[in-house]
Amino acid sequence: MARGNGVWFVWPAVGLLGLVTVFPVLHVFYLSLQRRLPIFQISRFVGAENYLFLLEDDRFWNALRNTAYFTAVSVAGELFLGLGLALLLNRSFRLKGPVRAAVLLPWAIPTVVSARMWEWMYHTDLGLFNALLGAKINWLGSPFWALHAAILMDLWKTAPFAAILLFAGLKMIPPELLQAARVDGAGEWAVFRRITLPLLRPAILVVLLFRALDAFRVFDALYVLTGGGPANATETLSIYAYKVLFQTLQFGYGSALAAIVFLGTGMMALVFVWALRRARV
Amino acid sequence: MIRRMGLRLLLAGMVLYCLAPFLWQVLTSLKTEAELGRVFPLWPERPTLANYAALFSVQPFWRILLNSLGVAGATTALASVLGASCAFGLSKLEIRGRGLILGFVLSVSMFPPISTISPLFLVIRALGLRDTWWALILTYTTFSLPLAIWVLTHFIDQVPDEILKAARVDGCTPWQTFTRIVLPLAAPGVFTTAILVFIAAWSEFLFALTFTATPASRTVPVAIALFSGRHEVPWGEIAAASIVATVPLLLLVFAFQKRIVEGLTAGALKG
Repeated sequence: MARGNGVWFVWPAVGLLGLVTVFPVLHVFYLSLQRRLPIFQISRFVGAENYLFLLEDDRFWNALRNTAYFTAVSVAGELFLGLGLALLLNRSFRLKGPVRAAVLLPWAIPTVVSARMWEWMYHTDLGLFNALLGAKINWLGSPFWALHAAILMDLWKTAPFAAILLFAGLKMIPPELLQAARVDGAGEWAVFRRITLPLLRPAILVVLLFRALDAFRVFDALYVLTGGGPANATETLSIYAYKVLFQTLQFGYGSALAAIVFLGTGMMALVFVWALRRARV
Repeated sequence: MIRRMGLRLLLAGMVLYCLAPFLWQVLTSLKTEAELGRVFPLWPERPTLANYAALFSVQPFWRILLNSLGVAGATTALASVLGASCAFGLSKLEIRGRGLILGFVLSVSMFPPISTISPLFLVIRALGLRDTWWALILTYTTFSLPLAIWVLTHFIDQVPDEILKAARVDGCTPWQTFTRIVLPLAAPGVFTTAILVFIAAWSEFLFALTFTATPASRTVPVAIALFSGRHEVPWGEIAAASIVATVPLLLLVFAFQKRIVEGLTAGALKG
């Protein structure tokens, strides 16, 4: 330790975090108890009215369903695909650097760019997918396909992040352990199932935590790819909240939706942190 | 031998899967209007830079690129400095509630941006910062701080305490110790943090969409998202813009993949 008080080094960052993240979140809850239309200078306290309205709002339940489905399917897919990629990266081969960089590229590409790239590949008449499949699927125009097309895109964009974390987790497993199991006659599958997977559990939980929180608040990917359409089939909570806030300018109700996103994220985070604690003990 | 071939095939498949959408966008950006109207042949028969020329001539795209560079650059500098100073305080100085502060930083990193956007919008409008770089720099810096603090604490923890003790004996104040000893020794960590922060700031969309209104502060992702032609969607120009937006990140990734991997895992697996 260098002697000296750390407060002066720490407070600028912590203060900024309080001002620009904690204060707004508290303010969101305050706004969510109001009826607030900034263009008409309307602002009055309405208590839980916005939350009661939520319960009867079909569009909210639809958005919640979409968000939950998107989160569950894409995160599960990312975990499997990420694990596959991580196992591949963990083998010995030449050109490690460039291969790793190639895997990182989807992660690094801006989500907006990725959405427009996939939008073009999904194009019904001029898209790469339909041309290769010889089909005429209306990927982004049919409610069933649109949500799954979005999941497929998200899988491509975010599985590399999962792969990198799992790859790091794999490298932390002592090779002697795997070697010993093989000497004892365990097959590759048994080694993977009985040794690799259990030791990888903390890394898997971290991946699930990060990805689930990210997927639950998904905005850019779907907003640019489909705008929430067709017929709200891909509208997530964040997109609905954004539209209520900035297209219909209902700051009270929009803030209530935003508060729900916060509470949902918080609950998921608590569950994962609890699971992580247990996995580490 | 067969196993070796199998591994190579799988690796090639993986690389193709990761690169293909981007490569398709590169090919698209080089095609003429007529070639965009049919999928085959996949490659442009007469590669042209017309889409790039159109992008830079019709749109205020130079200005938008400058906005993105300015905002991401300033964010990177601010977040690195504030993050490093905070990490130094937490890691090497006396501070009460160290665990509490780290826990606070970690929980803040999970806050969904959408849950902060309505109050931030009202504040930014009230301060007259709407459609300025500052609106974005302020929010981006704050939202990158948790990652910066987390990664930098990991790196600064590794600076040996003996060196700091020696510095104190030689009469260095904490600030001098920070700027003259810790920063140079933790430079690789600061650099890694800077790359991660730059990539995030360059790509951010939700705040940029909300806080910018005109090319005065509009950033590249917003421009690409709002791209629309008078009659039909200009796919060639969108592709060109996508490539321009991705090239800086592509270079960073290929030059510094090792550091990025290290930073991502230091940020995630230590928590």
